[in-house]
Amino acid sequence: MNSRWPYYTPLIILGILAFYFAAGLGQNPAKVKSVLINKKVPEFLLPPIKGSLKGFSNSDLKNQVVLVNIFGSWCVSCRIEHPFLMQLKEKKSIPIYGIDWREPDSTAGPKWLKKFGNPYTLIGDDPNSLGAIAFGVTGAPETFIVDKNGIIRFKHLGPITKDNWDETFKPILKDLRKK
Amino acid sequence: MKAIFTIVVILFFPLAALAVDPGEILKDPNLEKRARSISKGLRCVVCQNQSIDDSDAQLARDLRILVRNRIVAGDSDTAVIDYVVSRYGDFVLLNPPVKGVTLVLWFGPIFFTLAGLIGLILFFRRQKIDSKDLVQMDNKEINN
Repeated sequence: MNSRWPYYTPLIILGILAFYFAAGLGQNPAKVKSVLINKKVPEFLLPPIKGSLKGFSNSDLKNQVVLVNIFGSWCVSCRIEHPFLMQLKEKKSIPIYGIDWREPDSTAGPKWLKKFGNPYTLIGDDPNSLGAIAFGVTGAPETFIVDKNGIIRFKHLGPITKDNWDETFKPILKDLRKK
Repeated sequence: MKAIFTIVVILFFPLAALAVDPGEILKDPNLEKRARSISKGLRCVVCQNQSIDDSDAQLARDLRILVRNRIVAGDSDTAVIDYVVSRYGDFVLLNPPVKGVTLVLWFGPIFFTLAGLIGLILFFRRQKIDSKDLVQMDNKEINN
C-alpha cells in the first residue's frame, strides 16, 4: 500500500487540474474584474453630440455620486435599458452621464434620444472609442458608479434592470452617499 | 495532375488577410514597425484570442489607432502598453506578465516536467536494482 501511492499522484494532480479547468470553462473572460475599480476616473475629453452645447470630460465628475453609462443607438441592450434610465431621471435618483459610443453618423445618437427621451445630464460623443477605452469598456451598455472624489467604485456589464438596481446598485450608492 | 498540385499548393498557402487599414499605417516606417509589434501583443478584448493587429473588430481598430497616436505623440513602447493595461488590466496582454499570481502559470509546466522526469528516473533505477536482485537470487538458487 505504502509503495503504491506514488503511482496515483499524477492521477490526483490531473484530477485537481481537471476540476479547475472545468470550473474555468464556465467563466466569461470578458467579466474580469475591472482594474479601474477604486481608481480615479481616467482623463478624457469628449465633444458634445450634435445639437448639444456641452460635451463630457472627467472634470465633470466631482462632488457627487453619479453613474457613467456607455450607450449607442445601435445597441439593442441599451434600448432595453433605456426606459429604466428614464425612470431614474424622473425620480431624480441619480445624475447619469452618458458616453455615446461609436454612432454610425453624428445624427444617429441625437435622433435616438429624441425618440426615446434623454436621461443624461451630459453626453460626450465618442466616435473613435476614446472615452470607451478610457473606461476599459468592452461592450455596451456598461455602467460605472463614480463617487464624490471622482473614484470609480463599481462597474456593471449589460443593461441596468429594476432587479439588479435594487440588488446591487442601491446598497453601493447608499454606502457611498454616507461617506 | 499539375492542376491538382496547384490547387493543393494554393489550399495550403497562408492567405493571412491584413486587418490594418492602409489609412491607419503611419508614414514613418520605424514608428509603424513599433505600432505593429505593440498591436501584436495586445488582445482584442471583444474577440478573445486575437490580437488587435489581427482583428477586424471596430474596437480593435480604435485601439490600433490609439496605439499609433500615442507613439506619434512620443510615448515609449512600455508607456503605450501601460496605458492600455491600466484600463483593461493584464487580460489585454496576450503574454501574461511574470509576477506573483502568474508564477504557477509560467513555472508550473517546468516544475511538473522535472518532477515527472525525476519520478521516472527513480522508478527505473529501482527496477534495475530489483531485477539485479532477482538475477542474483536466481544464480543463488542455481548454485544451491
